[in-house]
Amino acid sequence: MARHFARSHRALALGAAAASAALLLTACGGSTSGGGSSVAPSPSFTLDPNADLSKQSIVVSNWDNYMDPETAAKFTAATKAGITVAKHATNEEIVGKLTAGGDSGIDVAFVSGQYAQALNEAGLLEPLDKRLIPNFSKLYPETTKLAFDPGNVFSAPYAWGTTGICYRSDLVGTAPTSWNDLLTPSAQNNQKTLMLSTQPWMNLPAARALGFSVNTTDAGELDQIKQQLLKTKPTLLAFDDTTFYSRLDSGEVNMVEAWDGWCNYAQNKNVKFVLPKEGADLWTDTMVVLKTSKNKEAAMAFINYILDDTAQTWLTENILYKSPNQAVAEKAASTLGKDYPNLAMTPADLAKQEGLIDVGDAAKTYQQIATEVQAS
Amino acid sequence: MTNDSQQKARRSANSDGPMLRAITSIPALGYLLVFMAIPLLLIISYAFLTAGRFGGVKPPVTLENITRLIEPIYRDVLVTSVMTAGAATLLSFAIGFPAALVISRLTPRWQTIALIAVVLPFWTNFLIRTYAWIVLLNSEGLLNHGLALIGLGPVQVLYTRSAVVLGLFYAYLPLMVLPIYASLQRLDPSLLEAARNLGAGGWRRFRTVLLPLTMPGILAGALFVFIPSLGNFVIPELLGGGKSQMIGNLIRDQFLKSRDWPFGSALSLMVLALLMVILWAQARAARRTREWAG
Repeated sequence: MARHFARSHRALALGAAAASAALLLTACGGSTSGGGSSVAPSPSFTLDPNADLSKQSIVVSNWDNYMDPETAAKFTAATKAGITVAKHATNEEIVGKLTAGGDSGIDVAFVSGQYAQALNEAGLLEPLDKRLIPNFSKLYPETTKLAFDPGNVFSAPYAWGTTGICYRSDLVGTAPTSWNDLLTPSAQNNQKTLMLSTQPWMNLPAARALGFSVNTTDAGELDQIKQQLLKTKPTLLAFDDTTFYSRLDSGEVNMVEAWDGWCNYAQNKNVKFVLPKEGADLWTDTMVVLKTSKNKEAAMAFINYILDDTAQTWLTENILYKSPNQAVAEKAASTLGKDYPNLAMTPADLAKQEGLIDVGDAAKTYQQIATEVQAS
Repeated sequence: MTNDSQQKARRSANSDGPMLRAITSIPALGYLLVFMAIPLLLIISYAFLTAGRFGGVKPPVTLENITRLIEPIYRDVLVTSVMTAGAATLLSFAIGFPAALVISRLTPRWQTIALIAVVLPFWTNFLIRTYAWIVLLNSEGLLNHGLALIGLGPVQVLYTRSAVVLGLFYAYLPLMVLPIYASLQRLDPSLLEAARNLGAGGWRRFRTVLLPLTMPGILAGALFVFIPSLGNFVIPELLGGGKSQMIGNLIRDQFLKSRDWPFGSALSLMVLALLMVILWAQARAARRTREWAG
């Protein structure tokens, strides 16, 4: 799951800067090409596969450092379309921007799958035009069965993964195999564990250990999850969403709940990752196109570019997240899978995990649980 | 300038006419309107509306956000926050008062150097300074390695309430030192001399002369430390390990995680009401010490 650093104020400023830069670009383009906005006047929403992309310019918002910093230049070189990259810090921040009303100025946004689902239900997303995104054919067939968007109607997967336990094999004693090893640690690991505090991942270990769905909205089940977390809290060293891998490195903790890719950021060779036997979630970070976009052909071309091997290879080699692009992922599994076992996980195994979906109003209960557990 | 000529000067300023006064007060009024009145009205109105699905607010008008405030969990969070911020304030006073006293007795040149040293940490980013405490306090950090050298420890300080208090104390100590230093500067040294000549011992001089005369500075410093401590959410998260919630965390979470702006606004109003009570008490205390001292 993509980054959660508290950088919202900076990202907001960047967003504003990007929006004005986009205006500037349009204005500059106007003198030579007659303006970018006159390209797609058709009200019928059918996209033109032969549109002149050099007359289009898009604004893309992504998490900071989550794609190749050269993406803009490479995309323009490949398609001639103009592009401005804006940044956001969290799903909540970008969703807030996109739902504030009117045209956010953003054409393509990177959001996690459950947020893409909610945005689509709010009627904000443009269905993806597969004719303009031929690289969908390079993806694993499993990517067409994601719980939040079967058939990739309104979202294209950028990266996917799961959540498990990251541990120090030299400190932990018996290697963990179950979420219960984290929830009820042995004496040796007491006060030597961390958990994530962002929902739904705070609930996840208890939900799976109790045999519940990671998307449960049942009040009784949620209460049992809360009771388990209240019991677990005194055994934790802390809740930590951002630096858990360095706490493993320093030896402060023996075992942490971790998004699979993040386990790779630990330097210590004794740090291992295990997917607990009860299973976990399948998270997906996606790209969506906004209905308000006036440059939808370029937006689709951008998604096509990001699904292609170059951008996906950058993702696996630098972020160490799993790629939905079959050729890229298989290559990464063979070259990097030895050092970074999450990259060797097969899509079949990944697809066995439970896809995260938007839980609607229950999101408030989830946060209430987090508050009560943290304040107890 | 004598008292008399001061009064004349003031009268002549008044006689500049209502027009000029109206014009010169526009920036201040505009500032208050844009940065205080409008945001405050927004928060008040949000607190009585219903949460939108992605944040924001929508009708209908409701009292539910206000009635939720009395749930025990939120009362506990508020009590924890007040205790934590109060502890940080007391600690700041315990260290800050003697520090200000020492600085005020240095030669002017050294005073300048000492004051620069007090504000020097502000030149570094707040987050970096807070992270530095993680490095110092963690179980594999400098503190515990140092203790191990002399055969002690390890002690688990990081991710406890104490670490939060320490972090808040460290972050806001200069805000305690500076106002106390300023009131010590204004203190007439001959008063302490007179007390000594009249046979007052050190403790008595402190209690009956020094403390009352610097009370306005102490109260100002206490507010400067207490208020930002109460609302801080970064230090509880980083040094407290997310294991204790302060009111600032709770409000932040309503806006950024639960997407429940109305309840976040209601919580903000609760903090605002508390601060108004504290400010009123501070103003009363300051007035009484002035009357007493005068």
